Amino acid sequence: MKLTGAQALIKSLEHQGVEVIFGLPGGAILPVYDPILDSSIRHILVRHEQGAGHMAEGYSMATRRPGVAMVTSGPGATNIVTPLLNAFMDSTPLVVVTGQVATGSIGTDAFQECDITGITMGITKHNWLIKDPNEIAQTIAEAFHVATTGRPGPVLIDFPKDIANSKVDYQEPGAVSLAGFTMQTEPDPAAVSAAADMILNSKRPVLYVGGGVLKSNASAALKILVEQTSIPVVTTLMARGAFPDSNELNLGMPGMHGTYTAVMALQKADLVIAMGARFDDRVTGKISAFAPLAKIIHADIDPAEIGKVRRPDITLLGECRRSIEELTRALTEKTSNGNGDLKLPLDIDEWHNTLKGWKQKYPLSYDREATDVVKPQYVIEELSKRQEEGTILASGVGQHQMWASQYWKFDTPNTWINSGGAGTMGFAVPAAIGAKVGRPDKPVWAIDGDGCFQMTAQELVTASAEQIPVKIAILNNAYLGMVRQWQHMFYEERYSEVYLSPDLPDYVKWAEAMGAIAFRVDTPEEVIPTIEKANEIDDRPVVIDFRTDVTERVFPMVPAGAPNDDILISAEHADGIVQ
Amino acid sequence: MENKNHHIVSALVENKAGVLARIAGLFARRGFNIYSLAVAPTDDAKLSRVTIVVDVEASLLNQVVSQLNKLINVVEIRELSPSDAVERELLLATVQCSPEKRSEIIQIVTALGGEIVDVDISCLTIEMSSTPERLDTLEELLNSYGILRIQRTGRVALPRLGYLAESKIESELKLA
Ligand SMILES: Cc1ncc(C[n+]2csc(CCOP(=O)(O)OP(=O)(O)O)c2C)c(N)n1
Ligand SMILES: [Mg+2]
Repeated sequence: MKLTGAQALIKSLEHQGVEVIFGLPGGAILPVYDPILDSSIRHILVRHEQGAGHMAEGYSMATRRPGVAMVTSGPGATNIVTPLLNAFMDSTPLVVVTGQVATGSIGTDAFQECDITGITMGITKHNWLIKDPNEIAQTIAEAFHVATTGRPGPVLIDFPKDIANSKVDYQEPGAVSLAGFTMQTEPDPAAVSAAADMILNSKRPVLYVGGGVLKSNASAALKILVEQTSIPVVTTLMARGAFPDSNELNLGMPGMHGTYTAVMALQKADLVIAMGARFDDRVTGKISAFAPLAKIIHADIDPAEIGKVRRPDITLLGECRRSIEELTRALTEKTSNGNGDLKLPLDIDEWHNTLKGWKQKYPLSYDREATDVVKPQYVIEELSKRQEEGTILASGVGQHQMWASQYWKFDTPNTWINSGGAGTMGFAVPAAIGAKVGRPDKPVWAIDGDGCFQMTAQELVTASAEQIPVKIAILNNAYLGMVRQWQHMFYEERYSEVYLSPDLPDYVKWAEAMGAIAFRVDTPEEVIPTIEKANEIDDRPVVIDFRTDVTERVFPMVPAGAPNDDILISAEHADGIVQ
Repeated sequence: MENKNHHIVSALVENKAGVLARIAGLFARRGFNIYSLAVAPTDDAKLSRVTIVVDVEASLLNQVVSQLNKLINVVEIRELSPSDAVERELLLATVQCSPEKRSEIIQIVTALGGEIVDVDISCLTIEMSSTPERLDTLEELLNSYGILRIQRTGRVALPRLGYLAESKIESELKLA
């Protein structure tokens, strides 16, 4: 079949089962926008290419399918660099197509030329510059394969204009085989057996669950392992929802703003079983003081994560889900003479008691009695209580993000859409839109900061135009709050360039101008009724401007670079120590 | 090798545009140092062999190898410990040479197994292919006569025959 290169590209995307592309056209990608008119693929026209990238990420995180974005060359391409970094850090499968100047002009500083494959080499799993129209179908197939196989991540395809305009004899791609892209998915049985023995001999084990558990669709398998062993669980920022918060064995989030119990459980553990987690510095604090008493079992699909930060005692190299299943099987075999799922006789009652004691003594806390100001944590708690199961929550980056991860109750996998490794302000609004496109059946909320909202709010225009009814709760503290918190605690309250103002811009008017319904909340009494009003609306975007307490800080907190044992539990505790 | 932090990494890579940039970029952004690098096509036109001497602590070597292995264009990679590898390097050097010293220099060069490949009134250009250590020796000796220009290729290496590199290195990586 004779097609143009552009048609071949769209056909190749259709062949991969793509249902939606987030993008914005321009000169170099123009030829590809023509066949979009005839395609079954939905195109969502964004207002800034960064929005397209984050939407594709939100879509992917909510659906576990690859997200697709398309932009033009030059500034269109550089505008999507931030989402590529974000997806790279959080292992989100993205396929980004960028237009490029004609092959004959490459290297001449042609109009809107940009070496985007060079720029994105370090933040993609791989990228391709297509120079032969006959390679389009196969390259697209390879791109999806690389993005979604093993540890997922973003890829980029740079597509020159003359290739788009050339004629090709379209042929469906063959099976993808890349000699340099192989991986071990099944954990080594001997290592599994050794890990099971180590678990059976432990007195204070903890499952340190990371984003890899969600990527490998291992939540159900994890639940079985935990039910059978009663090993307590901590879920990292990337893994909130991978194990239900409603299960009493979930100790919450570890790390810089984790719960006391989750942080200290790792510190006092004699065995840490890391599942699809990468010992990020925000989790470990000072690395030499992290989990000092623990042996480590590390399960991951990526060999480069093994021993990168902490050398494990046992490595389970392979897909997380398979490692969890095999561990469960080995444990059952070793303890029940092979006849079924007996509760394992792990001798860890004392450990459970210790953890229960910590939970009671050091719960997450804030001033619930406050009547004069709206506490941000209160907004999140009330919002969370009033959502149906499976509601998706996106978030920006800052204090509001940490409170969201602490106070929202996550019981369903893939319902928490946040920017972890990169910490990208402005992620929430477009990511929520992308998630809603992927899961139109679920309510989608975003908890955003006033600073973050100002970075990507214009995508609410996209949401209104495309009828994507997302709901945004701005926790408007009039500040770049997280930076303010650090200046408060570590720079003697010298506030430098963090004030934003509560009413410049007027968020209600702005949201209305973008086609959303908007509310403002100034007092605690208004919080619940306004949430209820917002929940009723499902035909357009909603924005609530919650005017929250400016002075509130996120606790617990492990100061950057400090040992986790130095965790600061509350403002009172912190002010007594730091100053 | 004399320097304890020098390790030989040998990789088979796809012969595609930008491969070297991918490798070099990875080293730069992960903070690994390249001591020397040699690249050339193999008998299979689709593949090149890259020999990299990396300058990292032994504890980081696994990181270097497994990060490189994540590059899609890297088809195969292994560390070669010097005892398990055949190594060679090529040196070209132009040395100042008064007529009185000429035969002395020629003697040294031929004794070490090098050759004179270019001559004029006041200079000699010397070629020698050998182990990097022997080239170091030659370079030191030539230094006293005055080296005008020198180019070394960096080492290239292949596993010794009968050396069970494949299974050994790969299983080491998995268990690390
Ligand atoms: C793009 C980007 N720029 C700067 C930062 C640094 N930063 C982290 S949190 C933060 C403040 C965010 O302010 P806001 O959105 O109001 O959230 P708050 O902390 O007040 O809840 C800043 C500036 C960042 N993470 N991302
Ligand atoms: Mg703020």
